[in-house]
Amino acid sequence: MAEKLPSEFDVVILGTGLPEAIIAAACSRIGQRVLHIDVKNYYGGNWASFTFSGLLSWLEEYKQQPNLPEESTAWKDLLDKSEECLLLNRKDKTIQNIEVFCYVSQDSENNIEEVGALRKNPAFVTYGDSTDAQDSAEEPPCQEIHSLDTSGSEISSHPNNNTDPDTTVETGVPDVKLEMQTQSDVTSSSTPPLDTSEGDNVKLSTEETLAQKSAKRKITYSSIVKEGRKFNIDLVSKFLYSRGSLIDLLIKSNVSRYAEFKNVTRILTFQNGKVEQVPCSRADVFASKQLTMVEKRMLMKFLTFCLDYEQKAEEYQDYKDCAFSEYLKTKKLTPSLQHFILHAIAMVSETASTIDGLRATQHFLQSLGRYGNTPFLFPLYGLGEIPQCFCRMCAVFGGIYCLRHSVQCLVVDKESSRCKAVIDSLGQRITCSYFIVEDSYLSEETCNNVCYRQISRAVLITDRSVLKSDSDQQVSILTVPPMELGEPTVSVIELCSSTMTCKRDTYLVHLTCVSARTAKEDLEPVVQKLFMPYAETEIESEQENELEKPQIFWALYFNMRDSTGIDRSSYEGLPSNVYVCSGPDPHLGNEHAVKQVSRVHFNQLFPKEEFCPPAPNPEDIVYDVDDTQLQDAGFTSSSEIKAEAAAAEQSVGKALMAETLQPKLGKVKMARPVLGKVKMARPMLGKVESKSKDQICTLLST
Amino acid sequence: MQHGRIKVKTTEEQQEAKRKEREKKLQLYTATTTAIFQKRQSQELDQEVLELTNQILGANPDFATLWNFRREIFLHSEKEKSEDEMQKLYTRELSHLESCLRVNPKSYGSWHHRCWVLDRMPEPDWSRELELCNRFLELDERNFHCWDYRRFVVLRSEVSAEEELAFTHGLIAKNFSNYSSWHYRSKLLPQIHPDPQRQGRVTEEVLLKELELAQNAFFTDPSDQSAWLYHRWLLGRVDREVSIICIFVSRDGEWLSVGFSHPVSVHPGSDDLLLFLDGAPLMVSWRSAERRNSSSFLWLCDLPTGSLGDLCPQHTFRVLWKEGAAKKECVLYRGHQESWNRDSATEEQIFRCELSVEKSTVLQHELESCKELQELEPENKWCLLTIILLMRALDPLGYEKETLGYFQTLKAVDPMRSAYFNDLRSKFLMENCILKMEYAESRVIVLSCKGLTTLYHEEQLLLVTHMNLSTNQLRALPRALAMLRCLEVLEADDNIIESLEGLSHLPKLEEVSLRNNCIRGISDLQPLASCPRLSVLHLQGNPLCDSPNVQSELALLLPHVPDIIT
Repeated sequence: MAEKLPSEFDVVILGTGLPEAIIAAACSRIGQRVLHIDVKNYYGGNWASFTFSGLLSWLEEYKQQPNLPEESTAWKDLLDKSEECLLLNRKDKTIQNIEVFCYVSQDSENNIEEVGALRKNPAFVTYGDSTDAQDSAEEPPCQEIHSLDTSGSEISSHPNNNTDPDTTVETGVPDVKLEMQTQSDVTSSSTPPLDTSEGDNVKLSTEETLAQKSAKRKITYSSIVKEGRKFNIDLVSKFLYSRGSLIDLLIKSNVSRYAEFKNVTRILTFQNGKVEQVPCSRADVFASKQLTMVEKRMLMKFLTFCLDYEQKAEEYQDYKDCAFSEYLKTKKLTPSLQHFILHAIAMVSETASTIDGLRATQHFLQSLGRYGNTPFLFPLYGLGEIPQCFCRMCAVFGGIYCLRHSVQCLVVDKESSRCKAVIDSLGQRITCSYFIVEDSYLSEETCNNVCYRQISRAVLITDRSVLKSDSDQQVSILTVPPMELGEPTVSVIELCSSTMTCKRDTYLVHLTCVSARTAKEDLEPVVQKLFMPYAETEIESEQENELEKPQIFWALYFNMRDSTGIDRSSYEGLPSNVYVCSGPDPHLGNEHAVKQVSRVHFNQLFPKEEFCPPAPNPEDIVYDVDDTQLQDAGFTSSSEIKAEAAAAEQSVGKALMAETLQPKLGKVKMARPVLGKVKMARPMLGKVESKSKDQICTLLST
Repeated sequence: MQHGRIKVKTTEEQQEAKRKEREKKLQLYTATTTAIFQKRQSQELDQEVLELTNQILGANPDFATLWNFRREIFLHSEKEKSEDEMQKLYTRELSHLESCLRVNPKSYGSWHHRCWVLDRMPEPDWSRELELCNRFLELDERNFHCWDYRRFVVLRSEVSAEEELAFTHGLIAKNFSNYSSWHYRSKLLPQIHPDPQRQGRVTEEVLLKELELAQNAFFTDPSDQSAWLYHRWLLGRVDREVSIICIFVSRDGEWLSVGFSHPVSVHPGSDDLLLFLDGAPLMVSWRSAERRNSSSFLWLCDLPTGSLGDLCPQHTFRVLWKEGAAKKECVLYRGHQESWNRDSATEEQIFRCELSVEKSTVLQHELESCKELQELEPENKWCLLTIILLMRALDPLGYEKETLGYFQTLKAVDPMRSAYFNDLRSKFLMENCILKMEYAESRVIVLSCKGLTTLYHEEQLLLVTHMNLSTNQLRALPRALAMLRCLEVLEADDNIIESLEGLSHLPKLEEVSLRNNCIRGISDLQPLASCPRLSVLHLQGNPLCDSPNVQSELALLLPHVPDIIT
């Protein structure tokens, strides 16, 4: 049996999704003793990202819900007479209607194994790296740590993450790094050649693509499985608004140093049966060939108005109560512009109110130009990285982590109706002042009156982008408005291989909508419109040009429970010091999760404490040598912090040592949009101000 | 005690540590600087000095003296070292310069030194330099130091203008608020697509494409002026060469004047401007109409006494500017008091863009799209101004009324610049009046009640005898008015004139009316003393009339003027 966990904590958190991870980091940061556990053997719950084989085993798990072993009721002895117990759920019911389709040949696929696949041995994982594992090996906090294969940390750390000195930059403050070469390449290369040899150029480029096509390896199921580790498939598909609350939180808390991002490169829309790029920044509008001069002006004028619409109440107050789509009709915008604004920029439904539409447009525009030509960022290696980053921050400040560990029940004091302790899956009683739990862990009794909504999801692996362009490395978002009234609006996110979420020559496509029926019923019409199943027969190259639709190699549909927007009072018999975090919502941004924990939970828990203050820089950390307790803390040994500080310094040193110009300037280019370093005051609509001297100096002298 | 709690240094501690660090740095800096200057004094041009200057310049790249010193060292080394060694030395210098430019990408000294090094280097790597420019401009597309350096690199390495044009296109596509890129286009396009007829301009086909590009920009963001200014360049006229537009000779005054299309300078003693009388050179001394030692439209000379004999049936005067770059002749017949030869403003269309018939359709098209934009953006001043300019280029008289309406709107939307718009409006109105006068073949110009705030184009009024400036907002009769050597009667009532500088040495001026102006002191009338024929002067309603001894003082100042009405 495992060595026991400490028996006393300030906060016990069950579930490692984004809201739970944020609150764990926030509590740990202000010195609370945090125990953070998850019944799964991976981080993130429904916010997780999986390699291809990881996803297959996740599917397997849901298909055959394992018969859970009878748990001993020995814990009953741990309760005294003044206490009663509140049982938790033992079975995850958040995922339904799973359907998998494979369009590539699966012959002789039985023994294919992912290269370097994880041993899927579920283990208790203390968060951290091998140093941590070694340290704890001497004085293990719980015995299971021994079963932790070194590859067990694969979920959270990517070995090839940070090693290439040419493409990544460490700055004085290690921050989130961002690659943004793609967009600039696109803009410069998409401009038509001005000389008269235009014809030659065209010919050349087609020859080139043909050559590339033939060089492209044929995709089979076995190649997908073999290179399964190149995939990082998100269960929930989201982007980060560049000026959204999650980015602000990442920067403010310094958690950003654990993640890297890529700029979303295109905003697309589906209109008249065609996929089109939406011009949304000033540069896009200027360069757009699809808009007339007057349309350019009308679009820019409307967008400029939306930026500070609150100040111009006279422009919209007569339409406050009508739909945004109706309001747009009054603004002298052509139907095509109305479509762009409603579906691709505001991304609201036909029935959304004018105020909601204006607010959404404003949010979009404010995020524009902070890090690139679109308002969105996507974390490299998938959205599942983000909860893990917060967990890491929590661990750095002393939080204790246990995966595949759960809580059987809460111990509630009859008199005060407060949760005094929890009894974990090993029957240990752990005292705590607060208990934070993700909705899916609550028992059916507790959730009797709760009415859940559903999210419909589809994941596709395809062979090409929905909209061809000069670069094959595009990260796009496409909003498909409902074809018939009452149907859901479908958000399509297409990721390329440089986001580190899919293998070369494939695209990973996520479809999301609010469920009306099952995921397949909701999403298949859109899938059919945009894609076609992979055809085994080779297509003649002449036909290839006409063949515009991407082909699907593999597809997955499922429904996920949407537990957002539930009033606390809907839960029955919840002790007052128990807080519920909801699972993912169907919207594009992460505003709900951040708001829930920062404005609601944290405020109630610790009204006088700052929420996620910036973590100090390694060089500012002073170790209190007299503090012998530090040694006993075990999990957050000072050696770990030192190792981190050293790692940060090392990378700074590396950057400083670079002597020749080329690589260094290469770095500078990447370093520009370092989160938290770039000044916030970028002007409206992507208009780029000339950078101040200081700023450039900072950038140049990393 | 919370376990794992991290202590952070207090800010006071940090401040103290920073202060100490700064002090240490300062000491080091001054010590090194002193050492360098000592070495310079003793002419120790060795490796160590290079190292020391390196350190200082790394911290402060704007220390020009040290860059000079480094150049001295390099020149000295060139005498002793082989080409290979120098190449290595200079390569190191370039990488040092890069670090300096990172400290301050706008350091004059660093960029200048880089040019110098590359010119001295045995084998400069220009493509690398171009790449450096690309990187720096990516970080700050408006760094004009880097733009200058880029042009230097392009010139030395013979990068084609086409490539450079494509580069500007890329930058403009990213962000069109980029004067440097637009400006560079205006320099490159005439090289790539020169108009055979018009020097410094581009062919019409290219012009149309560029107009569309500029239009795309100002329809996207009409308040961004960079594209508007480029648009203005596109519509601009050819720079005309200097020509002589008028030659005038007066028999009884024994003087001759030469009017130029541009202000020019005639230096005393030079033979820039030569006068021939009946084929023989005449030694004269030239002075400007304003009697100033600067450039002027009009140059005068006194003819030698007796050079105009009454016996000859005619005299031919010929002037030659800069060895024939411009010339003009006029003939004075017997019995005539004066004679002139003059280009007409209407024939030359000097107030309009020089455009062919096809180009006028281009202008018409531009006017239509600007009007379309103006409907969407009624308060955009750049659009309004461009409409006015286009209308002037197309038909100044036909659009006069509309133009004045647009000026009214312009002043309302941009009151900060209303004075500028008033002046511009005055200019256009004067141009129109001059045109009307020319069409009427008259020597009388009526400019009353036009709301003029200032006077323009005096060089076009050389022959005017009567001028009416009454009821305007003129503050002064400027020096340039002294060009109107034929002026006999000037009416300038009901203005706010304070100064009369321009009414000097006007040989024919007889009557001046300055009722209801703001002339304060007797001394302000001083210039009139130099007008020999002045006989009537109206001064009613000026502050100076309130002074008790006004009549006697005036008699003292202007004894030759019989009628001074106060």
